[in-house]
Order: sequence, then C-alpha cells, then structure tokens
Amino acid sequence: MARRMPPVDVVLVGFGWTASIIAQELTDAGVQVLALERGAWRDTVPDFATDHIQDELRYAVRKQIFESPERETLTFRNNASQTALPMRHLGSFMPAAGVGGAGVHWNGQCWRFLPQDFVIRSHTEQRYGKGFIPADMNLQDWGVTYEELEPHYDRFEYLCGISGQAGNVNGQLVAGGNPFEGPRKRGYPLPPLERSASTVLFDKAAREVGFNPFPCPAANASRPYRNPLGVQMGQCTYCGYCEWFGCGNYSKASPQTTILPVLLRKDNFHFRTHCNVTRVNTDSTGKRATGVTYVDVEGNQIEQPAQMVVLCAFAQHNVHLLLLSKIGQPYDPVSNTGVVGRNYAYQITSSVDVFQKERLNPFMGAGALGQAIDEFNGDNFDHGPHGFVGGGYIALWNTGGRPILQHYLPQDAPKWGAGWKKAMHENYLTACSIATHGSVMSYRTSYLDLDPTWRDVYGNPLLRLTFDFQPNELKMSGFLTDKAAQIGRAIPGASIHEKKRQGPYSIVPYQTTHNTGGAVMGDDPKTSVVNRYLQSWDVPNLWVMGASVFPQNAGYNPTGTVGALTYWSAEAMKRYLKNPGPLVTT
Amino acid sequence: MNHDPARRDFLRLVGVTVPAGMVLCACGGSGTDAHGGTANAFFAPGEMDFIQAATARLIPTDALGPGGDKAGIPTFLDLQLAGPYGRAERWYMQGPWPTGIDGQGYQLRFTPAQLYRQAIAGIDKHCRGKYQQPFVGLTGEQQDEVLRALEGGKVDLGDVPSKTFFNLLWQNTQEGFLADPAYGGNRDFAGWKLVGFPGPRYNYVREIGEYGKPYQQPYVSLIGRAPGTALAHAGEAS
Ligand SMILES: Cc1cc2nc3c(=O)[nH]c(=O)nc-3n(C[C@H](O)[C@H](O)[C@H](O)COP(=O)(O)OP(=O)(O)OC[C@H]3O[C@@H](n4cnc5c(N)ncnc54)[C@H](O)[C@@H]3O)c2cc1C
Ligand code: SF4
Repeated sequence: MARRMPPVDVVLVGFGWTASIIAQELTDAGVQVLALERGAWRDTVPDFATDHIQDELRYAVRKQIFESPERETLTFRNNASQTALPMRHLGSFMPAAGVGGAGVHWNGQCWRFLPQDFVIRSHTEQRYGKGFIPADMNLQDWGVTYEELEPHYDRFEYLCGISGQAGNVNGQLVAGGNPFEGPRKRGYPLPPLERSASTVLFDKAAREVGFNPFPCPAANASRPYRNPLGVQMGQCTYCGYCEWFGCGNYSKASPQTTILPVLLRKDNFHFRTHCNVTRVNTDSTGKRATGVTYVDVEGNQIEQPAQMVVLCAFAQHNVHLLLLSKIGQPYDPVSNTGVVGRNYAYQITSSVDVFQKERLNPFMGAGALGQAIDEFNGDNFDHGPHGFVGGGYIALWNTGGRPILQHYLPQDAPKWGAGWKKAMHENYLTACSIATHGSVMSYRTSYLDLDPTWRDVYGNPLLRLTFDFQPNELKMSGFLTDKAAQIGRAIPGASIHEKKRQGPYSIVPYQTTHNTGGAVMGDDPKTSVVNRYLQSWDVPNLWVMGASVFPQNAGYNPTGTVGALTYWSAEAMKRYLKNPGPLVTT
Repeated sequence: MNHDPARRDFLRLVGVTVPAGMVLCACGGSGTDAHGGTANAFFAPGEMDFIQAATARLIPTDALGPGGDKAGIPTFLDLQLAGPYGRAERWYMQGPWPTGIDGQGYQLRFTPAQLYRQAIAGIDKHCRGKYQQPFVGLTGEQQDEVLRALEGGKVDLGDVPSKTFFNLLWQNTQEGFLADPAYGGNRDFAGWKLVGFPGPRYNYVREIGEYGKPYQQPYVSLIGRAPGTALAHAGEAS
C-alpha cells in the first residue's frame, strides 16, 4: 500500500525549466505548489564550481550530468516492421535528471519561432496549395499565434537576460539583427556576446555570398544583469565549458540562476528530490486527476494528492507518464486515430567543416556564441521550386574547443597513427564547422508508445520510439547543407567537408535534445492531447508543459518557445484556479 | 599523503581505489611506469603488454611528441576499466539481447571491462596463430596490420565483433590522450600540447577579441600545473 502525503493545491512533475516558471507564477497567485524531481538537488556552488565542472571526460564523454539510462531509457526503431531495441547508453539526445533539468546543461541558444510556424498548415495550403503537403505528413496549426505569444517570449527573454541584436521592433527592421524574425515589442535585454575569430570568419563570408548574418540570441549574459525577479547574473567569461556542463559563473540562464533564489524563499513552495513519479492518478470517472504516485529514494511508493497536476518532465517523459497512466487515447498508427504519442518529431542537423589557416583559438567560446543566417528558415523563401516543407538556420557556433569531442579533421586525414597525430596538430586551432539546424515535420509513422518487452527499474514498460527521417526532411537538409557549403567556400583559403545528414535516423551520434510532440496542442481533441492553453482535453485539472506539445518541430532550438508557452499557459492556469473547468469547450 | 589535495582530487575524479604507487605514477608524470612493477587496477600483466604496444601504434611517438604509451594512456585505460565506466554502471543492461541494426546502437551484453578482457585474449590467440607470437612480440608493421584487421572487423574474437572492440579501444585511447591529466593519461599535457589546448582555463574575456593571437598562459589541469611544463604548442618555438 502506498503511503499518502498531505494534499497540496498543485503538484509539478519534474523541477526543470518549465516547472520552475510554473512554480514561480502559481505561488505568486497564492496557491501551494510542490515540485517532485527524480534527480538530485544541485546548484552553482558547489556543483558547477570551475575547479571540477570543467571536466570533459566526466560530464561530456561519460555523460554524468545527464539522465542515467540504467534507470530509465527508451527503445527505438526506424519503422514498425522492426523490433525496437533499448538505447543502452545515451546518444542522439541526452535528457536531464536533477533540479534545473536540462536548463543546467543547455547551450542557451534561445530563439523565437517565426509567425508562420504556428499556422504552418493553413499558411502552406494557402501559398502552395493542399497538394504540396505529403499525404503522410500530419502538419497541424498550433492553436496559438505568434502575436499571442509575443509578450510571453519577451518575459522569458527578460527572465534569462538574453544577449542579442533585435532585427524587427514593432515592424521596423533594425540593422544588424535578424531581418526575418517576427516583430518584437522591444530589443533584447543585453547586447550580443563578443565575437570569436571563427564567427567573424563566418560573418564576412556570409555577407560576401549575399546573406544577412546576425549574432545568435544567447542565454549567456554578455554583461552583468539583474532580471525582473531581482536575481543577479554575472558576465560570461567565454570559458568554453558551457553546454553539457553547468555554469560556474552565474552567466548561463537556468532555473538556478534566474528563478530559484526567489522561489525557494516562498512559504507556499516546496520540492522533493529523488522522487520519481510513475503515475498520474485519476478518480473513478477518469476525468479528474487526484494527484500522482511516486517512488522515493528508498523505493517506497508514495501517493501525493493534489487539486491540479502539471507535467513538466521533458518531452518524452511527459508522454510516457500519460501512457502509463492511461490518460487520453493512445495513438494508433494503422488507423491514424488516437492522440497520445502521436506526432513525435525531432530536429535534422548537418554540418560543413571548414579548414583554413588563421588561428581561431576555438576553446574561447560560449554555448550560444554564434553568427547565423535565417534566409532559409520556415517559409522565408519560396519553397515552390524545391518541393519540400520547412527549413532551418545556418550558423557557426563557437561553443568551445574541448579536445576529445570538439575537433575537426579533414576527410582524408588518417583515422589513427602518425597521420592522425599530424592532422590533430595542424587543424585543432584553425578548423571550425558551420551547422545547419532544420525543422522536422510530423508523420503518421513517427510516434511514441509503450514497449512490449523491456522495462525500467520501477518495473514499468519503457517508452518505444518509432522514428525516421523522411524524404521531405532529407531533401530540405541537403538544400540547407549546400547553402552552408557556399558560405564555407567563401572563407579565404578554406577547404571544406560537406557532411550531409543521411538516413536512416540513427540513435547513436549526438544530434540534439530537441525531441518534440507526443502530447501536442491544438484546437481539435481528435488530433491533440491538450488545448491551446496546454490543458488536457480529457482531464481538465491536468496540464502538459514543454516541447511535447509542439505539433511538429520548427527550424530553431525549442526552449524560447517552450518558455513562452509556459508563461502563456501559466496565465491560463491563473484563470482556471479562480474558476476550475475546461478553458476551451468543443 | 591524505592531506595532499592533488591526490584527493585525483581519487575523487577517477572514482576507484588503486595502489598508492599507481596514483603517484599517474599524477607525477614520471617515475615508474604502471607496467613496470606496480600492480595494475584492472589489466593482467599480459593484457597490459597488449595495451602498451597497441596504444604506442595508435598514437606513435614522433617529432611532434610522445605517443600513447608514453602519454600514460595505458594507466588511463586501466583506471577507467577498473571503475564505474568499466562496469557499465550507467548503461541499461537488461536483456533480452537480440542483435539490431547499426542505428540502434550497442546491443552486446559485455561491459567495457568484459569486452577488453575477451578481445585481448582473442587478439593474442589470433596473433599466435598467424605470427607465432603474441601481439607484443610482433614488429610495428605487423601490429598495424593486426590493428587494421580489427578495424575492418576481420579478426574472429568469439562473441565480440573485432570492429566494435577496435572502435572502443580507439575512442578510449583518444580520451586518454586528450582528457584532463588528472585521469592518468595526457601525461605532462602530451595531448593538449600537440593540439594547443591550454586546459580548463576559466576566463577569456580579454583574449577572445584578440583574433589570431596565440594564447600565452601555461597549460593547466584540474589538479594544477605539472612542474616543468613547457608552455609552447608542440612543434612551435617557445
Ligand atoms: C545538452 C543540451 C543542450 C540543449 N541546448 C539547447 C539550446 O541551446 N537551446 C534550446 O532552445 N534548447 C536546448 N536544449 C533543450 C532545453 O534544455 C529544454 O528544451 C528545456 O530544458 C526543457 O524544459 P523542460 O522543463 O521541458 O524539461 P527539463 O528542463 O529537462 O526538466 C525536466 C525535469 O523533469 C524531471 N523528470 C523527468 N521525469 C520525471 C519523473 N517521472 N518524475 C520526477 N521528475 C522527472 C527531470 O529529471 C528533469 O529535471 C538543450 C538540451 C540539452 C540536453
Ligand atoms: S561560456 Fe559563459 S555562460 Fe557558458 S558556462 Fe562558461 S561562463 Fe557560463
């Protein structure tokens, strides 16, 4: 029998980025909030202190800062005719475990999606006709617009102290910024980061080719910054141990550096670590959540009653919990019905390595230090002649020069031996790499469900991922890579290695932790799990945060949009708390 | 000894209990080689012979600097395999164990430590069959020939695909060359000097805008600056 804890108003599953925002907002609204986090407590001091965090082997190679697959992983296959097998160690993506979630070890590349991204189906049909969309592509409008989200993007950017250059303020183009971005009400809170040698090379080359490069928006503070909650951040030192590490300098925006100092002082907020939630409990009608059940560090099953439950456990974990809890109709790929697990999507990336003679000192960098072009993102260009949907940005990121994982060698360099050694010697300080970061649409054949064979440490079935890159994405990514190569070739004295992404999708090499979908938002309960406020259609006192609600993925990193949606949803929750019930009726 | 912060940090980093002589050897960057008399944490003596020889071929000593064996990589591998990594402590290791496609990743029931043990025995057997000598007794060219055969998946190592072992060995060898010297490899910053990486420096606010300029500060490790360390990028005049 599970032990029962005293009830709370709101229980949050997970204590990462989205949970921290919701906790801050709802405690301000006067309710009791409890966050349950499966991982450990961690903070800038002592956990990210520079005397030990700058350890590539421990954190980036052995991946000790991430989720441990030994406890929980997923199984993977490219398509339904294969048997999915467990991801036995982390590869393609690396979910977080511990307070702060992936906010601790993200890069801080903090983008807004384009206005058209939120209405992609109606926009595409209108501009190119219905026939332009492949039959098996589950393209969907979001149910929320860029204009509605703009104030919430702004809140997240000012919370984090984003360093960047606005490109469009109230419809007025601003020189030096991204001319393609949606209109913003005001500029970024901080000026862009310093440029590194390699981003200067990219900038010059991109201009030469005729593009409009701009500094990427960065959650690495270019100056000391005090955010609207009164929390102070320090200036980024370009230490180069940023993504895949915690920041020892209070410079990278994370829950710890932006919210927790205020939140943890509140009497109506509590959190418990080492508590792994395994079920959302519902009453006999199945229409009301009564709380959650979790397993504590000693293996005890504990029931936590609550008036309202918010899933903040990261993309695939939210979906896993919904499936385990039997909330919402699971997706069936054969009949294309059901919603939970439907529309899983990801990111498609590729790169062009550049070899030239100028010394670049790649080890001086920051997680979101980069120059980019946005000419080929979303629908910023005419897709008519190309025959694919979607796009992405092209950027030169200079995140660091950690020597085990961050070095580039020419294609013809020997793999080992004296030739390898010579190539390392000649290229480490001078090579750089241009990245493409492409959208992935949702398809009938890309989904999440429960695995029939393998189980986690709690005895629950693992989540099963069925996913592959489709011809639309491979074509789009190839197009982007060719554009990136054009920029690479314009760098003086450069020889390049064009690394196009090839199918099938492999779970082995790291790509991005930008998993999306599975509990998507929308206007129609037949094709979405949550309404436009991220409230469950089936269980109105249950809410789902994070990228699991993206109907498909756009050509940007997700967290700017995740943050904006979280604030948008928090406003709706405040209305709900005054007058509980579904906020959208069908 | 217990008050020596470098030693304490080293033990914390490596996460394994090892004989004191070993630790000294790993940190000091000189003195007795792990192979020469002190007990190994994981490898049996014959296994260590293979590791010494193989890492010396994978990263040979030449005009650019020390090779893998001299850079402490055998010590690094020995400690890694004796520790949590060797035991695959963070890997999902529950069966069943069907074979999959490449894109599904590692699906063998061996931990890294078990994989090395099984593979090294198989390689020596292969060498005795083909050259009437264990790996360590072969000429450099013959050793390269064996390494290439492993890399190509052409050596029968029982349940271990030879390509899987080669890839792991080469990955771990690079780690030993380029990880912080606190882990026993990258001795005297051999790997970092080869490429010009200064180590875990913390503040580049001033230098990041000095385009094209060499970074001048000495090499540094998480456990400090080894005495007598040259400042120059290998192959450059200081
Ligand atoms: C290496 C890396 C780099 C990234 N870089 C970028 C970037 O540059 N730009 C960008 O936009 N995005 C980036 N991201 C993604 C970004 O970090 C996420 O979008 C963001 O953190 C999502 O917030 P979240 O609250 O949904 O999840 P998280 O912040 O990850 O929080 C989820 C929390 O829930 C906990 N949890 C999970 N399951 C349970 C359970 N059953 N019970 C209790 N607790 C549970 C987890 O332990 C975790 O702490 C990156 C991610 C990674 C891993
Ligand atoms: S690069 Fe800047 S933001 Fe990133 S960890 Fe270092 S100091 Fe922090």
